[in-house]
Amino acid sequence: MTIALETRNLVKRFGGFVATNDVSLKVEGGARHALIGPNGAGKTTLINLLTGFLEPSSGEVVLKGEAVTRLSQHRRVKRGLARTFQINRLFARMTVLESVMLAVCERRELGARWWHPVGSHGEAIDEAACLLAQLRLLDVAHSETRSLAYGKQRLIEIALALAAKPSVLLLDEPAAGVPTGESRELFETIAQLPREVTILLIEHDMDLVFRFADRISVLVNGGLVVEDTPEAIARDKRVKEVYLGEAFDG
Amino acid sequence: MTTTTLAGFDPAPLQRQARWQHAEYAFWLLPAAAYFAFGDQLALLSQIAITALFALSLDLILGYAGIVSLGHAAFFGMGAYTAGLMATHGWNEPLAGLAGAAVIAALAGFVTSFLVLRGSDLTRLMVTLGVALMLFELANKLTSITGGVDGLQGIEMKPILGQFAFDLYGKTAFIYATLVLFVLFWLARRIVHSPFGLGLRGIHLNMARMPALGTPVNARLVGIYTVGAAYAGIAGALLTQTTQFVSIDVLSFPRSAELLLILVLGGTGSLYGALIGTVVFMTAHHLLSGINPQYWQFWLGALLVLVVLFARDGVMGGLRALARRLPGAAK
Repeated sequence: MTIALETRNLVKRFGGFVATNDVSLKVEGGARHALIGPNGAGKTTLINLLTGFLEPSSGEVVLKGEAVTRLSQHRRVKRGLARTFQINRLFARMTVLESVMLAVCERRELGARWWHPVGSHGEAIDEAACLLAQLRLLDVAHSETRSLAYGKQRLIEIALALAAKPSVLLLDEPAAGVPTGESRELFETIAQLPREVTILLIEHDMDLVFRFADRISVLVNGGLVVEDTPEAIARDKRVKEVYLGEAFDG
Repeated sequence: MTTTTLAGFDPAPLQRQARWQHAEYAFWLLPAAAYFAFGDQLALLSQIAITALFALSLDLILGYAGIVSLGHAAFFGMGAYTAGLMATHGWNEPLAGLAGAAVIAALAGFVTSFLVLRGSDLTRLMVTLGVALMLFELANKLTSITGGVDGLQGIEMKPILGQFAFDLYGKTAFIYATLVLFVLFWLARRIVHSPFGLGLRGIHLNMARMPALGTPVNARLVGIYTVGAAYAGIAGALLTQTTQFVSIDVLSFPRSAELLLILVLGGTGSLYGALIGTVVFMTAHHLLSGINPQYWQFWLGALLVLVVLFARDGVMGGLRALARRLPGAAK
């Protein structure tokens, strides 16, 4: 099995605080890999290191066998590594279609074209529309992002990431802030993504994680504690301790 | 394959955006109307066209890309001096002057854009202000080249394309300035409706998100800042060529500040806001200073406060709100 995404002894320090402690993680190609851990375990920091939003203090990030540790965010996206954000980061005053066109044009290397209008790039529009259909956003294509409910906006967040046609997709709590009924629908959409797309998921909702993932890594205090199948993780004593411990701490 | 899933989807609203509206055609008839109605005010009308081009250049970088600048006169001034010095050194074909000014200003914009990329709005205000102040003092000091506070004199222009000589009444000057404004407006309009322009809006709305879409944000900002500088340089060159003089205040701080005021007054991010803001500002300036030469800025200040408080997106925002209220005006 090929490794789609890998970290080698990744460390991130903020002053004296070690947010990511010697993490060596391997995500197999096509995997549905979940990253769980209590609050403050450093999950989002790890995602930020993977995508280049943060620079590691030491260690390497390897994407499809090539070190990308020194590459800027947008170059990693071009190499097929896309992400969503825990809190929506959208374009409030753009329509849904415009937002997705932004991302589609960028992937099609049209982003620097300055002569023909956006509306004349027919293939890009078709691609954007297909994406919107896939995420059931087609009926609000011409609505301004800020006029939509949070659950819908969450789907735009995912559409923007998918527009990059990633081979590795990092989902940072995709269901955060979404009502329970809608979050199920959202995960159905995610589950339907083709297997060529490797997914690394951060999620708090254990139900969702155990239903979705075929591999789970547990992060505690910035370090990886255990990595295994969902069945094994469910039985793992250390994991229980971590989660019960958190419950006792309040 | 796509037809089934995309049933009912109509991309027309997106495609319509770039199309010229009736109101726009009507707008561009105004300069012609003004030419006949105010034939004795052609010097003022030329100034309006030139300032409108200058305001347009700021709208490209501020209204679309979100780069605030308090020193945009730096590029206006460079263009003005470039065209002036070319003319005094015997290169006085007007269009060549515009091209020279555009290239020099674009070069200056490209180099200084790297200072503007980093940092917050406040940093950008200070950096742009600082660059403009340095250029002003350079022009002040290098009297042998620029004429210092006395200005650059002895500028004579050849007829445009060897055909249209500048006349005493300012007819040629007005038509020339208006045509240049129109062509560059048309080009700017294409730019803002292109994928590049959409990307600029994205950067303006959410800069932190753009790299995650694969956008090289810095390269885009360098690009538009360079274009904006070139536009400002051409505006400066037009002023030089139509007045046959370069005063040192082409580089002055008030010119930059006034420009920001014009753009806020007209409304940012619509191109037309820049044009309308200029017309309102210059006309108010002209009329109010005629009534009271000393205190005219009082009324201008009052107007600005009113606009910022009650019509947040300037005159353009007010017009848009009005259009929405009129039944049937949406199409």
